[in-house]
Amino acid sequence: MSDKAKQRYLLQGNEAIVQGALAAGCRFFAGYPITPASEIAEQLSITLPAVDGTFIQMEDEIASMGAIIGASLSGVKAMTATSGPGFSLMQENLGFACVAEVPCVVVNVMRGGPSTGLPTCPAQGDVQMARWGTHGDHPIVVLSVSTVMDSFTITVKAFNIAEKYRVPVILLSDEVVAHTRECVELPDAEEIKVVDRITPSVPPEWYKPYEGDARGVPPMAAFGDGYRHHVTGLIHDEMGYPTQRPSEVKAFHERLTKKITRGFPDIQMTRGYYLDDAEVFVVAYGAVARSALRAVEDARENGVKAGLLQLITLFPFPRRALTPLLDQCRAVLVPEMNLGQISREVQRVNNGECVVAKHNRIDGKFITPRELFDRLMKL
Amino acid sequence: MTSEQKNQERYEIRFSGSGGQGLITAAVVFAEAVGVYDGKHVCQTQSYGPEARGGKSKAEVVVSRSPIDYPKALELDLLLAMNQAACDAYFYDLKPNGILVIDSGLVEQQPTSRIIAIPFTQIAKEEIGRELVANMVALGAIGLLSGQVDLENLEKALLARVPKGTEEMNSKALKRGIEEAGKIKLDDLPRSVMSEDDEV
Repeated sequence: MSDKAKQRYLLQGNEAIVQGALAAGCRFFAGYPITPASEIAEQLSITLPAVDGTFIQMEDEIASMGAIIGASLSGVKAMTATSGPGFSLMQENLGFACVAEVPCVVVNVMRGGPSTGLPTCPAQGDVQMARWGTHGDHPIVVLSVSTVMDSFTITVKAFNIAEKYRVPVILLSDEVVAHTRECVELPDAEEIKVVDRITPSVPPEWYKPYEGDARGVPPMAAFGDGYRHHVTGLIHDEMGYPTQRPSEVKAFHERLTKKITRGFPDIQMTRGYYLDDAEVFVVAYGAVARSALRAVEDARENGVKAGLLQLITLFPFPRRALTPLLDQCRAVLVPEMNLGQISREVQRVNNGECVVAKHNRIDGKFITPRELFDRLMKL
Repeated sequence: MTSEQKNQERYEIRFSGSGGQGLITAAVVFAEAVGVYDGKHVCQTQSYGPEARGGKSKAEVVVSRSPIDYPKALELDLLLAMNQAACDAYFYDLKPNGILVIDSGLVEQQPTSRIIAIPFTQIAKEEIGRELVANMVALGAIGLLSGQVDLENLEKALLARVPKGTEEMNSKALKRGIEEAGKIKLDDLPRSVMSEDDEV
């Protein structure tokens, strides 16, 4: 075997998320088992202790979210993983992570909902919840994966975004991607770009824990390394203490939003297929993007100039990738395993030039290439 | 590459029966042999109900020489049915020239005469001594009949996945399956799973 030949592994999407998290430097996991996300906790319970990391099975998802916030504040990259019902429980503490700017990654492997719903069936019903599940205006990043390899690379990216912008990142997978096994060749450690949070460069007595740098992101001191500071869910001033002064409250909110807005080119990720001469196109994400790619190729063979825009970043919604295509094409098809959660975003950024068609499946089944092909041929 | 060529490159297998028969394990071993050891593109998926045992269970393997977009089966080249319900439910997903493999002790009503009937469970119980390894007897048969996997690699993948101490039993089960399938002459079977009346 030559030096370049890499070991091939047969991995599930969930197992690839574990490998991605470890490669990104995650050393803390707290969670509670739930189908179809349990394999993530199961594998990390073995792999984390082996790299001097910490794995805790908590009493529930509320505590799990609290635990990863605590771990991250003490300087450790932290993650939890769950599915819909657990994700609901995490929302309160997720808001705390947003307002206190605590980097962390929350994996939600979507299954049929609401409530306990359809535990073993695929769905994409948590998309808007991932954006707006916790209350109040808040910045958050939502990414989605469609293959086993994605589950590795996008998990690394999720940690990098969380660390770089001090923001919680939601990684949406679904039952299909999570449980599909594919062969992957994982990159070596030196090939993977890993971003770590910026730590204060000033002595402790000068440290202002919530003073943004040029990008609006405050350097982050870890609890226990001498930088005594206050962390609260209340709106706070640059020293981290609660404030109600309108000028400080406004400045706080603006900084929180702008630090993400400034990062749009870095955060908003999409993949295009056959778009250059497309007359109709599909906007898809997660496992459905795979069905869509096949449908687009089939449509092209049947004389329809179709293309696919696959969304990796769902929020902040990648408007800039979409608007030129909405101008270029006469129709766009948005297939989802929900009643239309991204299609409303597409409609929002549409200038009225393009027909927006939805294709929704909510019967617990995966969307097939055939049904999308039939829609494309009639657009 | 055209879609038709792509479909011709795909080889799709479904392992079906009830929960607890080890169908997902069999599919994973097959996928590992084809993907990791043979170096082909492979996607392995499954669906099952919320029950731990019983209920419907199916696992699929899609093999291709090019990258696989849609990860689940579209039209089956080979269907393994380990009970009557699975045979009835999935028979119609077979290609006309696909292969239907059944456990002849568990499937009484046969939907076609293009069928390969082997008593996997009975062989496992009486010859290997454990009903548990019926899935591995079936895996051996499918390994040979599909023509998609190097049989030595299939055994390697199997031995890497099974619990320590059970290697010999599993490997024996696999070889019995291969041997049993070797007695079948595919060319002697009717060419289509559909009866002649249906085809007209």
